[in-house]
Amino acid sequence: MIRVQEQDFDINQEYQALLNNDSSSGAVVLFVGRVRDLNQGHQVSQLFLEHYSQMTEKYLAQLEQQAMELWPLENVSIIHRVGELKLEDKIVLVAVSSTHRESAFEAAQYLIDLLKANAPFWKKELVDGGKNRWVNANHKDKIAAAQWS
Amino acid sequence: MNKILFFAQLRERLQCDEVTLDAAGLQVSELRQQLAQRNERWRKWILEKDVLVAVNQSLAPAEFYIGSGDEIAMFPPVTGG
Repeated sequence: MIRVQEQDFDINQEYQALLNNDSSSGAVVLFVGRVRDLNQGHQVSQLFLEHYSQMTEKYLAQLEQQAMELWPLENVSIIHRVGELKLEDKIVLVAVSSTHRESAFEAAQYLIDLLKANAPFWKKELVDGGKNRWVNANHKDKIAAAQWS
Repeated sequence: MNKILFFAQLRERLQCDEVTLDAAGLQVSELRQQLAQRNERWRKWILEKDVLVAVNQSLAPAEFYIGSGDEIAMFPPVTGG
């Protein structure tokens, strides 16, 4: 399940939806990315997330498909928010269910690593009491994604 | 004809969110060269900076050939998640 949306999501509700009548999944991994106060040396007070809407859902659906082929997963959910976000808001959810934990952990890591490196989202931060700043792509994220190829 | 969309700081720096031109038969790198000829600002932001190019909503390498009607998008490295 892929969703790109402005509104917040409820983790318990997404957990239930992921596991809908599924009694074979013994492992669930949930990753939540959120807006933090300090980024690249700047004090962040607000975030704006832009995306290329025609491409984001297409890319995330491909990613979900790839993860399902690489690991024996029961279900995958990816939710990514766009628009205006405040400090401590949730940005992204990656949720994976599987029979065993190894595949659930690995697939969740794979999904968030690839999403961060390739999905067309861009963050613009309101920093240091009023300046706007586009977040720089992080070299560490490229390396994290490259380890899967 | 081809629609070329710009996103994030690239859109802001170019002060342009889209252009329409005929890019059929060009490679992605040749389209960047052509756009860079518009003026100094375009040359700087389209050629000198790290720009990703998507063709029909999938990332495309520099040597990829653009077809008639393909939707092109250019943007800086992504920072989601």
